[in-house]
Amino acid sequence: MLELILTGLCASAAGPLLYQRFKSRFGWIAVTFPLYLFIRFLGRYREIADGGIIRESTSWIPELGINLSFVLDGLSLTFVLIITLIGMAVFLYAGAYMKEYAHAGRFYLYIGLFMTAMLGLVLADNMIALFLFWELTSVTSYLLIGFNHHREGARKAALQALLVTGGGGLALMAGMILLARITGSLEISALYDLRSQIIAAPAYPAVALLFLLGALTKSAQFPFHFWLPNAMEAPTPVSAYLHSATMVKAGIYLIARFNHILGGTALWQDTILAAGAITMVAAALLSWKQSDLKKLLAYSTLCVLGTLTLLLGIGSRLAIKAFFIYLVAHSLYKGTLFLVAGTLDHETGTRDVARLGGLKRLMPVSAVTAALASFSMMGIIPLVGFIGKETVYSAILEVETWGPWLLAAAVAANALVVMVTLLVGFRPFWGGRQETLKNPHEAPLKMLIGPALLAVLGLLIGLFPDFFIGSLLDRSALSILTEELGLRIKLWHGFNLVLVLSLVTLLLGLGLYRIRTGRAGAALSWRMADALKPSVWYEAGLNGMLRLAGWQTRLLQNGSLRRYLLFILVTAVGTAGFALLRAQGVAMRLPEFTITFYEAVLAAIIIIASVMVITSSSRLKAVVAIGVVGFCMGIIFILYSAPDLALTTFAIETLTVILFVLVLYRLPRFVDFSPPSRRLRDALVAAAVGLFMTAMVLTVTAGELVSELKSYFAANSLPGGKGRNIVNVILVDFRAIDTLGEISVLAVAAIGVFALLKLRPDKGEQ
Amino acid sequence: MVSVILATASRYLLPLMLIFSFFLLLRGHNEPGGGFVGGLVAAAAYALYFIANGIAEAQKALRTEPIRLIAAGLLTALGSALPALLAGKPFMTGLWWNTNLPVIGKVGTPLLFDTGVFLLVLGIALKIIFALAEEDRP
Repeated sequence: MLELILTGLCASAAGPLLYQRFKSRFGWIAVTFPLYLFIRFLGRYREIADGGIIRESTSWIPELGINLSFVLDGLSLTFVLIITLIGMAVFLYAGAYMKEYAHAGRFYLYIGLFMTAMLGLVLADNMIALFLFWELTSVTSYLLIGFNHHREGARKAALQALLVTGGGGLALMAGMILLARITGSLEISALYDLRSQIIAAPAYPAVALLFLLGALTKSAQFPFHFWLPNAMEAPTPVSAYLHSATMVKAGIYLIARFNHILGGTALWQDTILAAGAITMVAAALLSWKQSDLKKLLAYSTLCVLGTLTLLLGIGSRLAIKAFFIYLVAHSLYKGTLFLVAGTLDHETGTRDVARLGGLKRLMPVSAVTAALASFSMMGIIPLVGFIGKETVYSAILEVETWGPWLLAAAVAANALVVMVTLLVGFRPFWGGRQETLKNPHEAPLKMLIGPALLAVLGLLIGLFPDFFIGSLLDRSALSILTEELGLRIKLWHGFNLVLVLSLVTLLLGLGLYRIRTGRAGAALSWRMADALKPSVWYEAGLNGMLRLAGWQTRLLQNGSLRRYLLFILVTAVGTAGFALLRAQGVAMRLPEFTITFYEAVLAAIIIIASVMVITSSSRLKAVVAIGVVGFCMGIIFILYSAPDLALTTFAIETLTVILFVLVLYRLPRFVDFSPPSRRLRDALVAAAVGLFMTAMVLTVTAGELVSELKSYFAANSLPGGKGRNIVNVILVDFRAIDTLGEISVLAVAAIGVFALLKLRPDKGEQ
Repeated sequence: MVSVILATASRYLLPLMLIFSFFLLLRGHNEPGGGFVGGLVAAAAYALYFIANGIAEAQKALRTEPIRLIAAGLLTALGSALPALLAGKPFMTGLWWNTNLPVIGKVGTPLLFDTGVFLLVLGIALKIIFALAEEDRP
């Protein structure tokens, strides 16, 4: 499977190049990429259906237990097939849809990378590998939402999605590390047998909550749901693919994948149940006020994601069955409807449902496609959505505590979804004709095939559920619950309570649609208090962080060199001086020494030069005096037989003086701005630094310096490094990688200096 | 206010100082010296030339852009680490050829690495000096 992932990465990289070459025909070429993957994985279908589990592992960083290991079981195969199938429809569709975009080549790079990452995510059997792909989907989602980066809304929405899912990703990583510390393994399949040990561990609540934080942000569950409707800024193929069919289901996949490692506890089940139920209801209610096709679909997606989470929270065998069918059904019909919504936008120039209507004659194929998908979404027999909704209801009916409330919530939410479906799937085609900006006609073939295929598949699976997904259902359930479901999928369950509920839902939805489109609908609007909106919390948090950053930058980095020096010196002396004072068992001792004539002269010169630096009113004089201090230091190095240091010091001092002079030349005339109080403060700081350094040196020389390094380097310099100059051998051989790092930093610093000198905002870029 | 004496002297001093800087680089492995200080001395040589003859002349004398020297230095230093990888040893292991060339002495990847440091230090110092000096011109 690794080779398929690598193929995916290469194919994505080749995308923009091939697009340049083929332009308008590229859609047909691009579709071969998901098609190839689909066929490759479909080839394994029999094996998986017969109960096989395919594992592959390539060691990556074996020292840390990080491997590129993949597992293909029922659950991952289901997701893989959904990802590649919808991928085919989307890739082909984008061939026509993205034609008007300036950087369509780039689009194929991003979306190909996304598909590969998503496949890696659902196939990964190592937590770090899973995390890697998880993050890659977040990054590609960021790039795709912000694809129209000239629009501020798109940039903002992209950043929002990245921050929310990326924050969740960090939580997930923390959870994974904690989990690995409990068990000592990063391989997911190795954790299956350790469930009791994991759940008994004291860190378990933290692990569970961190995992759920990752999953709930990714799948846009309350209170993190707000990024998903905003993500509709992305081009429609992206919305159809990432933000309804695949990426937003990654969180749900994570919960399902870890369900029998972490699940089964009240904490896990109740959190998921509550998050799912709240998301389902809140999203359905929020969809009432929407009139944009894509926003309507986004809120109904949220509602479905909530339902799926809720089903995992219930966790019974029937609930898992419902989860599986609903997952498949939703991917098919929602992908279709998003693509059709994109077609409408493309052909009419508007996405406002109030301004669309009567297009069935002009766009017959789209109308039929939309109708098929809509029937599935509303849960009308004989489409797969019908089976989905039936099993959801029967799963909720089984719940004992809160059961009736959940049922009422589910019926209400689904009724609102029916209303959304009528607005999105039927009204634009079958309602009264509305005039639009553009003159609409049927979309090109490339934009029809994909949605139509998905819609027809929804019908076929509805008619022959057992044939298409029966065995996958059993295998998937085995991955989630570790027990056989023993349930068969049937289209018709007979006349029972569930069927009545389905009918009630439909009628209720129809009624709501009447109210919504009628005159009363406009009046029936409400405003939510800002304090209740998580998106407002997000904004407040983001702004607060920016303000904090601005405040501390103004405080610490206000552009005044003196201020920087002050902070650096005070911090260094404060912290290290404190440690020095607190340190026990070290004493300062004046070592015994005799002062030679040279040393006394050099010390006198240094003191005189230092006084000159402080008192001089000419910068040039001060710079020269500093140079004198530096050269005296160099001579001291010579006296103490450190010729290397002396040589370097001389060279550095020379260049420093030259640089100083070049800078001084550009500075205004020297004026003494500092009031006496500030000079006093500076003097105190300087004195403190001097005292600290003296105390430090005396402390260090008081003790015996025991170091094996010195003798090691002395002994090994010539035989190991083939050089007699130990300093240089350390620099270029023993510690060469440090030097490499340092020279890289130097190079970056030089570029930084150059940029500071040359790029001045007030002059404009040069 | 170009001093004739300095300008003339710098013409002879530049090659002398450059030779000295190479000398420092080559002897560095056994005696005081090395790529870092060699690079600084070479930079000082060009700085002197610039002070005596002006920025344009100095840039001409260098014959290339300082940024190229930086890049060449980094690449050389990094490149010196690769032979060890090809020889199947850990990254950056020093490899020596058993030659005893006159003047240069033993040749090995550490010397190449030091040459990289030399080029980089020279490039950085000149990049900053030239940038500052160019600003002076109206």
